[in-house]
Amino acid sequence: MTSYDFAVIGGGLVGSAIAYGLARAGHQVCVLDEGDVAYRASRGNFGLVWVQGKGQEIPLYSEWSMSSASLWAGLTDELYDLTGIRTQHQAPGGVHLCYSADELSSRQSALESLSRATQGRFDFDMLDHDQLRQLIPEIGESVVGASWSRLDGHANPLYLLRALHAGIQHHGGTYKSCGPVRRIRPEAGSFIVDCERQQVHAARVVLAAGLGNRDLAPQVGLSAPLAPNRGEILVTERMKPLLNLPTTYLRQTGEGSILMGDSHEDVGFDDGTETHVLSHIAQRAVRALPALANTRVVRAWGALRVMTPDGYPLYEASETYPGAFVACCHSGVTLAAAHVKRLAPWIAGDTPPAEISPFTAERFHVQTATPV
Amino acid sequence: MFKRLPLSDTTCNRDVTITFDDLTVTAREGETVAAALLAAGMRNCRTTPVSESPRAPYCMMGVCFECLMEVDGVPNVQACQMLVREGMQVRSQQGARRLVHDHA
Repeated sequence: MTSYDFAVIGGGLVGSAIAYGLARAGHQVCVLDEGDVAYRASRGNFGLVWVQGKGQEIPLYSEWSMSSASLWAGLTDELYDLTGIRTQHQAPGGVHLCYSADELSSRQSALESLSRATQGRFDFDMLDHDQLRQLIPEIGESVVGASWSRLDGHANPLYLLRALHAGIQHHGGTYKSCGPVRRIRPEAGSFIVDCERQQVHAARVVLAAGLGNRDLAPQVGLSAPLAPNRGEILVTERMKPLLNLPTTYLRQTGEGSILMGDSHEDVGFDDGTETHVLSHIAQRAVRALPALANTRVVRAWGALRVMTPDGYPLYEASETYPGAFVACCHSGVTLAAAHVKRLAPWIAGDTPPAEISPFTAERFHVQTATPV
Repeated sequence: MFKRLPLSDTTCNRDVTITFDDLTVTAREGETVAAALLAAGMRNCRTTPVSESPRAPYCMMGVCFECLMEVDGVPNVQACQMLVREGMQVRSQQGARRLVHDHA
């Protein structure tokens, strides 16, 4: 049985970012990936690198997102130099569109309170319709205005995942598509991971299996109370540039497709699509950009978000089995750079980043949780 | 490069005049746009959205999407699935399709 410094369970964006961060620091890493039958949040997501509006209940999450957004450009250059794969990351700022004066003013007060909670480190501007039209000439008349943040951007999550996998291998890491992990057995201060077809021995183990962490975490003294939340996305044919900055639910990719999201559906483990949901998404997109009415949709899909009860991430080291860690979050794209450059060093033994202190599962234990 | 098969005695297809970019092309009723333009000597119908490399009709049966062209102001039309009509205006596409604000 081969032995590694780290076994990372899960080859999606969270697991791959952590594994890449560990491998680039010289650790022997093995990524155990379920394979193509897995629920792939990383292959269904929208691709925002997004800061504005996040962290209203837990401002440290805004700080964590800002940290990652600021590290993204460096990560994308590093991955390109190493692997020749471009993530298509751009940070032109982003807008959240509002359709009424009430919506605009409640958006403004929510962001003002977030800005105060971060001592002004999160900053933003409110745009009226005419100012928004300067940024997006195609904007619809029914859009009253928008909030704008210079911190927002977007990237291609599929290229990011490919680049991370290539980067892991470049740094001597191992990738195994090994079917679902059946069991993790703590043994003499290390871990034996039983996959469907093989066993791997590792000094430390990182659970980054998305929704699969629910069943894996208790095996190493952790808990991961996660639930799936479905989002559906439509994509158009490739167009000449018409939207040069991302919005919360519309963005134009590097190839020219317009992605339209998003829905939030509680439908269990069903990652399909429903016509009435897609229709609503398309109608909202056409309100934002009326010219989309004359474009063709070429694909649509559903994917399952990895959601904790409060929507914030889960990062925790096991006290009962030192060396076991759990990491899961919904924002695998936004947080990729922080996972590579700040979370992986913590897993390797450094002091934890200050921003992640609220994100243990303790906040979900009704006996111990304190209000945040 | 391409030539039309001889017509059978029972068909009597009329000539139809269409334009392709700045050229006037004589086609036959019942032909697709792609077939008519290939018969007229067209080599490329578009360039691709990302690398802008040239493309021409390929499968001629609606599957490969190589023959996308702008027909009467509508971009990304499959030219192999569209029959010619008198006065039709066909344009090659350069790169990604343009935005169209109002349908004709």
